[in-house]
Amino acid sequence: MKELLLKKLDIAPDNKACCSNNGQGTDCKPVLQPIALPIAKPMEDDAPCCGPKPGPPSNPFEKPGYRMWHFVADFVATPVGKVPRIDTTLRIQDFTGTLRARLGISRDRYRVAPGLYSVGRPGAESPVLVTANYKLSFDSLRRELASIDAWILVLDTRGVNVWCAAGKRTFSSEEVVRQVNLVGLERLVSHRELILPQLGAPGVSAQAVKMGCGFKVIWGPIRAKDLKTFLTSGRKAEAVMRQLSFTIGERTVLIPVELSLIVKPSLAILLAVFLLSGIGPEIFSFSTAWVRGLNGAIAYLFGVLAGAVVVPILLPWLPMRQFYIKGILTGLVAGIFVVLLLGGTMSRLESLTLLLITAAVSSYAAMNFTGATPYTSPSGVEKEMRQGIPIQIIAIVAAVIAWVSAPFVS
Amino acid sequence: MQNFRYLENVTTLELDVEKCIGCGMCGIVCPHTVFKVDRPKAVIADRDACMECGACAINCPVAAINVTPGVGCASYIIQTWIKGKDAVIECC
Repeated sequence: MKELLLKKLDIAPDNKACCSNNGQGTDCKPVLQPIALPIAKPMEDDAPCCGPKPGPPSNPFEKPGYRMWHFVADFVATPVGKVPRIDTTLRIQDFTGTLRARLGISRDRYRVAPGLYSVGRPGAESPVLVTANYKLSFDSLRRELASIDAWILVLDTRGVNVWCAAGKRTFSSEEVVRQVNLVGLERLVSHRELILPQLGAPGVSAQAVKMGCGFKVIWGPIRAKDLKTFLTSGRKAEAVMRQLSFTIGERTVLIPVELSLIVKPSLAILLAVFLLSGIGPEIFSFSTAWVRGLNGAIAYLFGVLAGAVVVPILLPWLPMRQFYIKGILTGLVAGIFVVLLLGGTMSRLESLTLLLITAAVSSYAAMNFTGATPYTSPSGVEKEMRQGIPIQIIAIVAAVIAWVSAPFVS
Repeated sequence: MQNFRYLENVTTLELDVEKCIGCGMCGIVCPHTVFKVDRPKAVIADRDACMECGACAINCPVAAINVTPGVGCASYIIQTWIKGKDAVIECC
């Protein structure tokens, strides 16, 4: 049965190629046709059945051991084998998937299989668009390809987006060459050009790709939404398509992942805060640990919010360029708020300590946001860290000493 | 991106004008418009906008550009301090 199905799958495409002849036909139809498969006979509607009605029959493209992605419309037979043809509209699963990834839930496993995909009805002359196998990158590309006929070559970037993968050298010349050879691209298309996103350039050398597989790299626009204009305007990108942006929206979506990275160390830190808070003249008191610990925890959490939420949102409007200073500023404001909120229940020394904690934590969290921005240079970040980290360490050490000695003083 | 300026006089970016052939590749790949290609040569027009991503250097056909590439990420740099520059860094 399986062999029979495979035989049917391997039916050769209708290869009355017109494009490969001379390309003079203006109404030239694409060469490749989707594969027609017999679908299992559906159940009769009025057939007797028990329990709820069974669902639709299995998708004819399904194979034992594989799972079909919902975005695959069908498969087209090509000279290099069957290639999935994908939808360009995102569905509810895509949006929930995006949400999960943005929240940092199994983000590293949110990926599509590397290799060749198609969109529209591409032929031998159609452009080849290269992207990363992070599902968010893949989605942001395909959603912009409505009414475009193209091949999509997905690199194995270990589920990382184009820009970060280029920085980590998984979106690399070697990987482009490897995938081009792996899918047999030179047998699929008659041209020798690849369109790569410009943000892949830190990892890919156009010369190395040319040497490695004979394909010329054309640097496409930064954002997929400019691709259509790029393709229709003679593959020229306007200056604005080549410049990065970092709008308030682009900054805000990064916040949940930043916070998710802080959760784990925060649990250990909060435990330490409660333990330190219980130390007093009676050696250790659980009730004091709880009451004072809660104050310390609130100061810590406000520090996290000030550094990892407020700084990203207000980034361009906060004074100074160093992130650790921006964090100190928002942290001081948050700290004053904490003191006003809890001040009545604490000594002046404790209030000052909480202010110090909030500012130091905020400074550190803000400094870590450098990794999420598209404009901080490593030399710059290292320079500000050499100033910022000593200040943060001194503040935290002073705060711990003050916090532990406060019960003895009063 | 003009709203966002980072620290000045830190970038390791260098352009060897002698070697430059004015092909304009650096101007295409740079995401911060650091280069201006005034034929016959490229010039560094906005040095402090450079974020040392290395796209220009790796794509310069005559190796006229020199920059120490890397990621401007605090947690990454902390890991290189702890584990050493050549260590395999888990990620940032």
